[in-house]
Amino acid sequence: MTTAAEIAARAEREDIRKRWLLSTPALVIIFLAGIGPLLVVVLYSFLTPGPYGDVKWEFSTDAWIGVFLQRDMFDDTLGIADAHLSIFLRSVRLSFATTILTLIFGFPTAYFIATRPERTQALWLFVITIPFWTNLLIRTFAVQEVIRNEGILNNALIWLGITSTPIQILYTDWAIGIGMVYVYLPLMVLPLYASMEKLDFRLVEAGYDLYATRFQVLRRIIIPLVKPGIIAGSILVFIPSLGAYVTPRVLGGGRQMMLGNLIELQFGAGRNWPLGAALALTLTVIVTVALLFYVRYAAQSEQRHG
Amino acid sequence: MPATPDRNAIDVRSVSKIFGSGADRVAALDNVSVVIRENEFFTLLGPSGCGKTTLLRLIAGFDFPTEGQILLHGQDIAPLPPFKRPVNTVFQSYALFPHMTVAQNIGFGLEMLGKPMDEVTARVDQMLKLVKMEALRNRKTSQISGGQQQRVARARALAPQPKVLLLDEPLSALDYKLRKEMQIELKRLQHETGITFIFVTHDQEEALTMSDRIAVMSSGKILQVGSPWDIYDKPSERFVADFIGETNFLTAKVEPAEGGKANAILSSGKVISATVAESLVPSGEATIVVRPEHARVVKGEGHLPGVIDNIVYFGTDTNIHVRLDDGGAFIVRQQNTRSAGCGFELGEHVGILIADAAAQVLKD
Repeated sequence: MTTAAEIAARAEREDIRKRWLLSTPALVIIFLAGIGPLLVVVLYSFLTPGPYGDVKWEFSTDAWIGVFLQRDMFDDTLGIADAHLSIFLRSVRLSFATTILTLIFGFPTAYFIATRPERTQALWLFVITIPFWTNLLIRTFAVQEVIRNEGILNNALIWLGITSTPIQILYTDWAIGIGMVYVYLPLMVLPLYASMEKLDFRLVEAGYDLYATRFQVLRRIIIPLVKPGIIAGSILVFIPSLGAYVTPRVLGGGRQMMLGNLIELQFGAGRNWPLGAALALTLTVIVTVALLFYVRYAAQSEQRHG
Repeated sequence: MPATPDRNAIDVRSVSKIFGSGADRVAALDNVSVVIRENEFFTLLGPSGCGKTTLLRLIAGFDFPTEGQILLHGQDIAPLPPFKRPVNTVFQSYALFPHMTVAQNIGFGLEMLGKPMDEVTARVDQMLKLVKMEALRNRKTSQISGGQQQRVARARALAPQPKVLLLDEPLSALDYKLRKEMQIELKRLQHETGITFIFVTHDQEEALTMSDRIAVMSSGKILQVGSPWDIYDKPSERFVADFIGETNFLTAKVEPAEGGKANAILSSGKVISATVAESLVPSGEATIVVRPEHARVVKGEGHLPGVIDNIVYFGTDTNIHVRLDDGGAFIVRQQNTRSAGCGFELGEHVGILIADAAAQVLKD
């Protein structure tokens, strides 16, 4: 005889089994696309480079040492890998600057769109996403065309008499910065817009009613309320900026490398896959640390307001 | 209180507000003039779309008039932005800041005015006490009930001690019982603070119970301004009479009589005495109004004969619907007594007796 309790227990077990079955596709994708490749990269970073790329299946920590240190060519002593360090620093610096600049340009843009009548909002969003239809490489070459020494920008500056000789922008950090701000701006605008679109503008009116000036309304009411959008936008811009590859390659001319280019170099001409894997993991760690820091900060300021 | 030569808090002078242009042009306010006195509970009453909220927004500074002036204690404030006007608003949606606590919401205005922190705190405490919310000072505004939110909204708007408090249908989101409580609380608050209140509502009952004076609005115009008693008993126009309470409209021949009154000859040939709105000289055909409680149903002929159509019991009162012999309809409200029944039956031939001077001659 089965009691009611047994029937209920069996039904529950069946329910649990069904739930696992239903979530299998998601788990498979998470493993195959996410955790699996990451494990492969971790494995490769502890192997020895093969002569023509690829890896030899011999354990080695050389790759990890090579991330931070380099062996002197003459006396074989280990010193800090200045080249790598400066590339790390440039990557973080440029990504940070890109995030701040896209925020500065993106915030008013998103606010403008969110305050349009509903019909025109869709049109403005459409305009924002148009650049996505063009290949990234082509867009980047277009930026190169604008900022090169005989380009539109320099010609205009000379014509206006602001400068007599072209300003060297291309192949500098400035060029990479300009390119990344241009490329990643929509990634900032869209989440900002999503937040602002939900903003109750009656709160803005209430702010004005209670003697807040425009700036105070922005600082005390709008910014705290659209903070989720600011955080999402910053993350969406900062992370791909750190790993940016095409933009620094085209606009930095190979001399001003970023992490993405350094990693690509190891898998290509450098023929040092383990070092490439170790560098890629270093990038992942930097991103994770930056994210943790950001989330921490966001939670703290949330408490302070609370 | 500074001694002002005129005791006008707000003086709206020939204000028009036009939205859109060309074919979409809408005059939300059409040459409106009204004076709101100091320390007054003034209500803008009208159906939705009549322009009452637009007028309130013009006074608050969220919109600017297309034409005309708005004076606050004699000074033109029409061009000033909202944050430079000593006027605060209680919003229909309350518009409390969701990222701040109750206390932070109430202190916001004072903080923006640059008051020192200890003064802000003291004033916030005082306001919390006034609206009986001391226990909830550190709650987020999303964690309190609708009635409590309404109280916070009120405290927040009163904290900076505005010259005029604007209230945009602040009770419409509350249930009936709470609304009744809040009506009394608001009235008491206005009395205690002595601040001029401008209250916007579409609820005629709310307007009658709370206001010192009421302006009835329709289609961007103010039709009549007066005390609740004036508005109810002496409506000047059909719209006002119809919008406020139940009313019987009758067509009659009117002629002037002594004491500014008029004689109205009804369809039955009977003559009754009627009051007349100021500046109106009654003559010829006119519409007169009689409130249901100002008439009685009698056995016999009365002023107007008819047949009882329907009898509706209300608890305190009973409405008797009479189909008049001239084809019109007439409702009489009579108070119920303990003795059962209203004393009449459906289909009974009766007469309607209108109280002396209870009828009012309308403009149109």
